[in-house]
Amino acid sequence: MNRSLTINGIRHDITSDPDTPLVYVLRDELKLKGTKLGCGLEQCGACAVMVDGKVVLSCVSPVDMFDGKDITTIEGIAATEIGQRVQQAFIDETAAQCGYCTSGLVVAATALLAENPAPDSDATKAALTPHLCRCGSHPRVLNAIKRAIET
Amino acid sequence: MSIDAYPHVSDWLTPNDSHLLIHTGKVDIGQRISTALVRIVQEELALPASQLDVAPVRTGCAPDEGITSGSNSIEQSGSAVAAAAATLRRHLLKAVVDQHGGTLSDWTLEAGYIHRPGTNIRINLISLARDLPPDLPVDPDLARHMPDTPPAPDMRGMADMVTGRFTFLHDIDLPGMWHARRVSPPHARASLQDIDQTVLDRITGDGLHVVRDGSFLAVTGPREWAVVKAATRLGLACTWDTGGGLPETNVFAHLAPENAQRFPVVNGTPQKAPVPEPLDAPDLSGRFERPYQMHGALAPSAALAEWTGERLFVKSHSQGIYPLREAIADSLGLAPEQVEISHIPGSGCYGHNAADDAAYEAALLAMAHPNTPILLKWSREDEHAWEPYAPAMAVQVDAKLANGRIAALSAESYGDTHRGRPRPGPNRAGPAKLLANRFRAEAMAPYISPPNMGNHAGMHRNLDPVYDIPKTRLVKNLVQSLPHRTSAMRCLGAVANIFALESMMDEAARTASADPFAFRRAHLSDQRAIAVLDALEKRLSALPPLTDGMGRGIAYAQYKNAMTRVGLAIDLTVTEKAEVELRRVTLVADAGRVIDPDGLVAQLEGGIMQAASWALYEQLAWDRNGIISCDWDSYPVIRFDNVPDFDITLLNQPDQRSVGAGEASPGPTVAAIANAIFDATGLRLRRMPFTPDAITQAALDL
Repeated sequence: MNRSLTINGIRHDITSDPDTPLVYVLRDELKLKGTKLGCGLEQCGACAVMVDGKVVLSCVSPVDMFDGKDITTIEGIAATEIGQRVQQAFIDETAAQCGYCTSGLVVAATALLAENPAPDSDATKAALTPHLCRCGSHPRVLNAIKRAIET
Repeated sequence: MSIDAYPHVSDWLTPNDSHLLIHTGKVDIGQRISTALVRIVQEELALPASQLDVAPVRTGCAPDEGITSGSNSIEQSGSAVAAAAATLRRHLLKAVVDQHGGTLSDWTLEAGYIHRPGTNIRINLISLARDLPPDLPVDPDLARHMPDTPPAPDMRGMADMVTGRFTFLHDIDLPGMWHARRVSPPHARASLQDIDQTVLDRITGDGLHVVRDGSFLAVTGPREWAVVKAATRLGLACTWDTGGGLPETNVFAHLAPENAQRFPVVNGTPQKAPVPEPLDAPDLSGRFERPYQMHGALAPSAALAEWTGERLFVKSHSQGIYPLREAIADSLGLAPEQVEISHIPGSGCYGHNAADDAAYEAALLAMAHPNTPILLKWSREDEHAWEPYAPAMAVQVDAKLANGRIAALSAESYGDTHRGRPRPGPNRAGPAKLLANRFRAEAMAPYISPPNMGNHAGMHRNLDPVYDIPKTRLVKNLVQSLPHRTSAMRCLGAVANIFALESMMDEAARTASADPFAFRRAHLSDQRAIAVLDALEKRLSALPPLTDGMGRGIAYAQYKNAMTRVGLAIDLTVTEKAEVELRRVTLVADAGRVIDPDGLVAQLEGGIMQAASWALYEQLAWDRNGIISCDWDSYPVIRFDNVPDFDITLLNQPDQRSVGAGEASPGPTVAAIANAIFDATGLRLRRMPFTPDAITQAALDL
């Protein structure tokens, strides 16, 4: 069965096995390697993408569920002004150490600011709580989002 | 010293067409060593960052600097590259003077050129460096050049991380490459008996391949999801001999003198000598415990390997490419020169995780499929259940007080080895420490490490208190034959030891009715330590008073009693549900001369967050059927909902040597959290993690 996904504004006809989690389609089949695989259990947030504007963890849900949906990955996050602002704020605050959680966090922060241009600190922390960072860059990530809100 | 083994400027710095390449054996694991090295060369040579690059860290071309560990990168690689750059600067200036006249001080280096002010002579630095004699020796004694405005290069890779273009090992995709997943035994004592042939046939019928060597089992194939699914199916088709199961040892009860090899520790170094008698009738006693904890890398370990029939190429996120090359070559009966290991970043590792094990397993799979690059990724469950853990530890502290001071202190550490890295050594230590060698048909027994007798090494790191105490009695107790494979994790024994010693300092200060700052200062003669505590006290005095229900704890430590000094305070609340909510961290650090202040702060912050996670959340659980902590639900870690505010002050010491800081903040963080919980609740928590259950139990035990 063919399905079509719109990924970063481009339509892709997909013939993957229907049970393939979206992240494997993105990474292994479409070679969009920016979305990371961290747990395969929706527990760490490394694989976050935006689906119709909402943050979705892509490591469990099969590609079938995304038929006809509009998907934005980290590679397409700069298409919006908010996405660019978040990326620049992460750079300005050096909001990463190893960087493996960064894709998911940039996606989550962009979705957050698109929905609420001025979240308070608690709302920001709540939005990022599904995302793990093991290097302890949390304070920098929070500073980056604050900077993105203020610029 | 790295320069002793690599004495030439060309070992560290080589020009190519457009760049000066920096060579290092230290790998960037998120600690920004590559950014710091660029900055060091910029300081000496005034080259723009765009003309500098860091050469790939690969066996055969990078200097062999052993393991990237112990917060040593800046001291070792950093000082070598600095001395090489200073020598190159002097050499280039001399060459210019010889050719164009004047004296050394008539010429300046700016923006990639050597220029004589007041003239139009500008000589391209990199072009001139191409005539560098390959045997020009590094002069380690040349004074460092410090520009008035220090360069501040962006963190290498940061711009690519926010766009998803940064390539982790997991992202490599080569033509003809196959993916691989392992099929793990139920636990480390199990062995593979049988595989259902119909399932095997179906998997191979799907165009996938099964590799089996004893109890080592894996699936390979071109499409990743198909491989993942097949590995799950294959796991269900296996019959395992589970033997007696995993030992359900009560580890803390087992960490006792009768099970230990015991060594007195003097000035941070274990001695082969009788253990002194315990303190008679101590005024204060406490036993502090840390469970097995894991590195818990965000990305499960991975490796890419290809065997050409003559040479084996491996890409790995190992922290020690040369020792790993030896261990893999020895395991496979190859000459080390046949094996090339390149470092490619994985996610942060915080010590010896499964990177080396995955590299060897990828090599085994590559040997089974010549001329096919194989990218092996461990699953989340593999990583949680099979990485080498940080050993459980117990630290018994006893103190005698006199005249408001500590008159005598005894501290005894108990635990298993922190030395699980596959370093070459007697009895084929390297291969014996690679996990798959326990499971191959020709299995090797688990390696029993000899006691580490180095200064501030292993479990006795920071066991020796940094304070002036008239009488100390320190003992290392190595307890082996415990249930789990263990190895080096950030700070080694320093976390449990500083937790114990700084909890005891807090308790002693309270017993003496003394201010915790004044009490610590009364036991310190190191002026830089006192300056750190003074600065911390001053920062805290500017804060509003703590509100009801809040607690504040302080702690001080100097990593290995020789590196970065850290004083920190934690403010927190303990909720009605006995949950610890972190409010504020105030930290003052002295890391000598600061090279990259933002990178230094990032390391200190990261250490605080990781230690807060250890202190509040992390502990390994297992039973006879295997590891229970096999994902992020069963092994919870800190998340964004418990991030405090940060206030970090660096006391820069331009005339002092730079020391590493990546492991300076965790020990004091754990202790300060424990002390703050006591301040808030009157409960002295002595076993990590300080979970709601543990706090509730402590209240019931009062």
